Amino acid sequence: MELFANQVLAGIATGAIYACMALAVVMIYQAIDHLNFAQGEMAMFSTFVSWQLMQWGVPYWGAFVITVVFSFFAGIVIERLLFKPLAKAPILTNVAGFIALYAIINSVAGLIWDFTIKQYPTPFGSSPFLGSQLISTHQAGMIGVTLLMLVLLFFFFRFTRVGLAMRAAAALPESARLVGINTSWMIALGWGMAAAIGSIAGMMIAPVVFLEPNMMLGVLIYGFAAAVLGGLSSPFGAVVGGFLVGIFENLVGTYIPGVGNELKLPIALALIITVLVVKPAGLFGRAIVKRV
Amino acid sequence: MTTMLNVKDLRAYYGQVQALHGLNFSLNEGSLTTLLGANGAGKTTTLRAICNMVRSTGAIEFEGKPIGTRSTENVVRLGIAHVPQGRGTFTTMTVEENLQLGAITRSDKKNIVSDIERMYDHFPKLKERYSQQAGTLSGGEQQMLAVARALMLRPRLMLLDEPSFGLAPLIVRDLFRILGKINREEKVTILVVEQNAQLALELADQAYVIETGRIVMSGNAKDIANNEDVRKSYLGY
Repeated sequence: MELFANQVLAGIATGAIYACMALAVVMIYQAIDHLNFAQGEMAMFSTFVSWQLMQWGVPYWGAFVITVVFSFFAGIVIERLLFKPLAKAPILTNVAGFIALYAIINSVAGLIWDFTIKQYPTPFGSSPFLGSQLISTHQAGMIGVTLLMLVLLFFFFRFTRVGLAMRAAAALPESARLVGINTSWMIALGWGMAAAIGSIAGMMIAPVVFLEPNMMLGVLIYGFAAAVLGGLSSPFGAVVGGFLVGIFENLVGTYIPGVGNELKLPIALALIITVLVVKPAGLFGRAIVKRV
Repeated sequence: MTTMLNVKDLRAYYGQVQALHGLNFSLNEGSLTTLLGANGAGKTTTLRAICNMVRSTGAIEFEGKPIGTRSTENVVRLGIAHVPQGRGTFTTMTVEENLQLGAITRSDKKNIVSDIERMYDHFPKLKERYSQQAGTLSGGEQQMLAVARALMLRPRLMLLDEPSFGLAPLIVRDLFRILGKINREEKVTILVVEQNAQLALELADQAYVIETGRIVMSGNAKDIANNEDVRKSYLGY
């Protein structure tokens, strides 16, 4: 029983990171109808930036804040330079753009910081949380930071005018323009926020998976699985999906013999395919009907 | 009377297809004008061209300023509210959020609250349903909401695209009565596109008739309503 509780709590902790990545993916998907394959690489690059800052002597939380702000503006710049010109291009052109972005960020990170695995610090320590063996302080910290961020995002979208305008632009771009909303900048803002959320996910997971240019690959695939499970049209669903996928991953790894770390990625992919076959809209998403 | 909107030689295109063939018309400040015509005559395209939602050439002047090259959102910010065909309701948001969106470009936060109250006075049904998802409203209520959302901009000019579409006759009467009231009391210039010619001519003071992308008739709404030939050939009643 203790093993079960332990695995569930650990699943919630990594699930928090998947939830962040899923949320970032859904935010961009809502705005431009495309999956950002480079979301993980953007997060990885941000994490390297924070690591570099700490190498230069900036304290952890200072580096954290600077990195989040940097990622926000970097996300906006990427949208303005690369994806705004592609706004009306066909799907495949956009996919090529995302893959290019993925490759570029991955290589540049490798070029600057090389591909050796680096330790990444945690501000929470890794002792048992409140004296309990079930969960470490870092895992508790991951959950706490994610929940705090989710609450802030909820208030932003529910109670601020910019949040309202962003929701309107994502839901009905044409109507949004007709009330005077600059939808193009709302998309850029969405990119900025997605990049900032991703950077938080990267900095939180880095002590667990260690810092290197390919650290986010598995995380992003689980993030995709979470987004698909929750429904790509539902930010709330993405978050719930993240936690569910985290728990699922850990329980399968623990209780089904033969599934070790090697088979964890195929499980995520199997989950994506199963959801797409059985319930394409996901748990909380709306079925998308396109008029032709 | 001063001219509020002046349109000269307006041509609009959907891809290779030309939908408007050199339209000329103008709206006087404070007037309530209707643009009539059959299906496919170019009524909706005319409204979309004013808001730069379709590729067009020609000159469009709003209060003396050329607006032809402005983006849709910047046309709206000048005080031109457009109630599109199909109403453009944000169906997953609440009634109140829809109203707030109408005022999203305004910076006078204090007045927004009182304006929302004023909308509830105009449309009491909306007050009952303020926290409800807009998509759950009936067609008539959604049309009321669309008009209210447009008014939240405090527009100088309001463009309405077939507000009567799909509504029961009684509701249409009610809606048109409110439009007349808004025009008189709030001094909003209104251009309303309609297929329901009879009702629109009762409401309006000026009228234009459009056929296959050209204005074929213009004048006082009463004269047009009483002109037997016009009624038979263009208005079909």
